[in-house]
Amino acid sequence: MKNKIITAKEAAALIPDGASVMVGGFMANGSPEGIIDALVERGAKDLTVMCNDGGFGPTIDKETGEEVKGPTGTGKLVKARAVKKLIATHIGLNKQVAEQMNAGEMAVTLVPQGSMAEMIRAGGAGLGGVITPTGVGTEIADGEFTLQQITLQGKDYLLMAPLHADVAILGGNIVDKKGNVFYKGTTKNFQQVMATAADVVIVEAEKVVEVGELDPDYVMTPYIFVDYIVVGGDK
Amino acid sequence: MADVKQIIAHRVAQELQDGYVVNLGIGLPTLVANYVPEGIDISLQSENGIIGMAGVAAPDEVDKNVVNSGGVNVNVYPGCAFFDSAVSFGIIRGGHVDMTVLGALQVDQEGNIASHIIPGKMAPGMGGAMDLVVGAKKVIVAMQHTQKGAPKLFEKISLPATALKAVDMIVTEMGVIEITDRGFELRELAPGVTVDDIKAATAAPIIVEGEIKEMCMPAE
Repeated sequence: MKNKIITAKEAAALIPDGASVMVGGFMANGSPEGIIDALVERGAKDLTVMCNDGGFGPTIDKETGEEVKGPTGTGKLVKARAVKKLIATHIGLNKQVAEQMNAGEMAVTLVPQGSMAEMIRAGGAGLGGVITPTGVGTEIADGEFTLQQITLQGKDYLLMAPLHADVAILGGNIVDKKGNVFYKGTTKNFQQVMATAADVVIVEAEKVVEVGELDPDYVMTPYIFVDYIVVGGDK
Repeated sequence: MADVKQIIAHRVAQELQDGYVVNLGIGLPTLVANYVPEGIDISLQSENGIIGMAGVAAPDEVDKNVVNSGGVNVNVYPGCAFFDSAVSFGIIRGGHVDMTVLGALQVDQEGNIASHIIPGKMAPGMGGAMDLVVGAKKVIVAMQHTQKGAPKLFEKISLPATALKAVDMIVTEMGVIEITDRGFELRELAPGVTVDDIKAATAAPIIVEGEIKEMCMPAE
């Protein structure tokens, strides 16, 4: 059996500047914070990040102007100016995203959340697109990922392009050494579909267990999707 | 007199029916959960992957793996279920959510809604809103009738649309309006509010026909 366990630093080295990266997590819930830290430490740049959101920005003390709490999730990559382009559904809880977007330093493409989940699923499932009523009559109809508007059986839909990335970085609660992943609570979010839609998939595990210790019925991402495991610990 | 937000949330809650699956937007709509009528059992859906969500968790109740769509730690009821975003939006888009409640910047008489962007000013992203208003069986806009005196109900929205022909009902502190093929139809007025008052605060025709009920108020 191939040893899939690597360090966060080694994971960061697998993600070259300019790569497209899917980042698991929803408002940083479930995000692989150790791998993200290592990416920031490496000085990664020009990444195209696909994530539900822009994470949480840093909390600044209004009196002193000092940062009292650091950013989380994709927010760390934004603060480090590692992101050239962000594809997300919501950026309202991180002011730095709007600041960099308005200054022309980072491009942002907003996608409806349900469409984004299915576009990633399509990217990993060999489908040519997603046909959804969401976004008809809105600016999404002319959006970057909208291939065309179509009418089927009298109803209007948008045909959305599949999404695929060079690398997906995910956070799992229990991962066995083969790479089977269990995600607890709401940390599942985009991670299950992202695990299927990238060339290289790296999972940061809160807890790594021996093969056979994770009940197959609890496996949410089967091991064949996972290339590398980073031991993250409880954050 | 109760706070206007509480009045609106209380009235919206009267639309709940036993067994409903409900998604509440952030802000005022979350208050609806405080007024679920007695004997009515609903399931709150959170688009990040919960059915059976309860309230915000106290510091000693926090499970770091359980948050709502705003990233805030929440509690869940026994028998709740967690799932990924694809399933969550299958629930939403597939018509398995009975009712969604959200705020809006503008709504027009065709049911078109603008709720997610003011170009040049505010662009937080649509999150799950576009899917919710397209997919939920009943879409209720819960908001104050005007924004600093300026109307929010129009003949035609001018801000970018979040969805077309999506809104079924509008509940404000002034009354209850249903949107039908004919436009805005007044159903209820809050105590002390006249037809002329609500017409003056609305930048579109309001159809006033049949019995106009008095909007119920929360207990003091």
